[in-house]
Amino acid sequence: MSGRIGGALLLVAMATLPLWMGDLYVLAILTSTGIFIIAAISLNLLLGFTGQLSLGHAAFFGIGAYTSALLSLGFDVDIGLADPVVVAPKPVWIAFLGAVVVSGLFGWLIGKLAFRVRGAYFVIVTISFAEVMRMVALNWVDLTEGPMALNNIPPLSLWWPGRGVITLATKAQAYWLVLTVGALCYLLVASVVRSRIGRALVALRENEPLARSVGVRVTHYLVVATVVSAAIAGAAGGLYAHCVRIVDPDVFLFIYTVTMVIMVVSGGKGTLAGPVVGGLIFGLLPQALRGTAPPEVQWIVYGIGIILIVFFLPRGIVPAFAGLARLRMPRALRPSAGVGS
Amino acid sequence: MDQFLQHVLNGVVLGGTYALLGIGLTLIFGIMRVVNFTHGELYAFGAYLTYLFVALLHLDFFLSIALAALAGFLLGALIELVLLRPLGNADTDTVMLVMIGAWIAMQNAEQFVWGGVAKLVPSPFPQDPLIIGPVSVLPLRLFVLAATLVLLVAFYLLIDRTRLGTAMRATFQDRDTAALMGVDVRAVYTLTFALGSALAAIAGALLGPMFLVNPTMGNLVGLKAFAIVILGGLGNIAGATIGGFVLALVEEFGAGYLSSEYRDALGFLVIIAVLALRPQGFFALKGRIG
Repeated sequence: MSGRIGGALLLVAMATLPLWMGDLYVLAILTSTGIFIIAAISLNLLLGFTGQLSLGHAAFFGIGAYTSALLSLGFDVDIGLADPVVVAPKPVWIAFLGAVVVSGLFGWLIGKLAFRVRGAYFVIVTISFAEVMRMVALNWVDLTEGPMALNNIPPLSLWWPGRGVITLATKAQAYWLVLTVGALCYLLVASVVRSRIGRALVALRENEPLARSVGVRVTHYLVVATVVSAAIAGAAGGLYAHCVRIVDPDVFLFIYTVTMVIMVVSGGKGTLAGPVVGGLIFGLLPQALRGTAPPEVQWIVYGIGIILIVFFLPRGIVPAFAGLARLRMPRALRPSAGVGS
Repeated sequence: MDQFLQHVLNGVVLGGTYALLGIGLTLIFGIMRVVNFTHGELYAFGAYLTYLFVALLHLDFFLSIALAALAGFLLGALIELVLLRPLGNADTDTVMLVMIGAWIAMQNAEQFVWGGVAKLVPSPFPQDPLIIGPVSVLPLRLFVLAATLVLLVAFYLLIDRTRLGTAMRATFQDRDTAALMGVDVRAVYTLTFALGSALAAIAGALLGPMFLVNPTMGNLVGLKAFAIVILGGLGNIAGATIGGFVLALVEEFGAGYLSSEYRDALGFLVIIAVLALRPQGFFALKGRIG
């Protein structure tokens, strides 16, 4: 209970931040960190609560970014039919919802395909999927503009009672929106893992044959988790597209997936707060280190950092400060000693 | 028809090096259950060392390739001793995260040391292609093909005929029983990882002079090695050999007749197709699921 109050207080503090802190640069960094925290929350649903390591998560993020950008810009593309498919520009909020839906659909597809297998195979399928997506984004120039990138993506907008559609062009407004979406995603994942689905996933993570033997529809629940996870990652991608306002094929790069994995693992996989804590550290750290070392050196430090975390804090930061976390987590949701594959 | 034969030849030359990569990776996975993300970096390491020895230190071309292989062996042994042995019996995901960390650190170290500009490795072979009937081929490529075939045969003999090979096969089949029979399983692990890494480094040393050497070359190759291993069935050496040639031919024909832009995507589509149709791999004699 104290944890819940603490979380609410933290949220209020975060929400009032733009009112008393005038530094727009810091606000922009917090916004982009928030977007990656949302992506990390989505990855944690799979990696932390089902034990399945998706190393193609940037694919769902990128699909969300491209879908939202393309729907809001409008596009026409010739896919071999008599007439080219023409889509007129849609309002940003519709484009954003489209991103969530399309990413979720891809999550369903990959879940159906990939959960014929587990472990190493699943990892490799997801990596392959992200690579194929990157090459499609690079080479389907008619649709994606390829390496020239999609430019001039409209900023976020929101329908507000009594005021109609308002454009969220300022840094503070974008920050609030990301914070709101992030809080909603957090609550969504929290309710999923506390539901029947979550219990089934934990049963699966701990002992799949046993879970199967008592009638848990393992693959079904894994696919559901993948759809939710992909949809949230797509939402993060949609936010990214309209905040950064330029999307290029690099959003599918493996390094983005790795960033999410680092956030989840360092914070504590299988804990709700883990991705938030890890995300704040590894989202803000590169900004703090910026200029102190060449990027390659930063990445070397990251790589060694992952190794050190696995060796010395195998369960992550949040469980390491476990006293509080243990009190507020239902027993069934505590992370197991290992990763539980 | 001439074009067809040319694609076959190019595919076979490329396929030999792919087979070396695939065998190294499948050996490491089959025996140690380690999903080795550093494999592509060992490949880049071999290519860069060849560049260092040939272009900067002006050593003999063939000696340089041998030295690159030796260095790959030593680096592989080092990775196993420092990163993998202390983890003991940690589960697959934990080991995988450590290997991802090592991969990122190694790749950026390469970028830091060598810079982002691609390097050209000079070769002692003449630059004029040989015309053999309807096809033409660079002498360097014939050398690469011959070298990979010799290495493949040597490797089969190593696995099939030597005490080390017997110990590796025993460990593959049943680690605990092998240990009870007096096999030093830990030594087998270190040697397996070192040998697999040496194969990756040789593949890089051979392909480096054919293409350009750049810091991210290991990424795509590492993923392709996974494609080859999946195609052949995890842990299946003969499967990885065939898988290497199949992937190279698929890429070569795909690029030639379908679309050269999607050349590198074909490998991943192959992975997805294999897993949808036959998850145990096309050449697996029996299911070996990781």
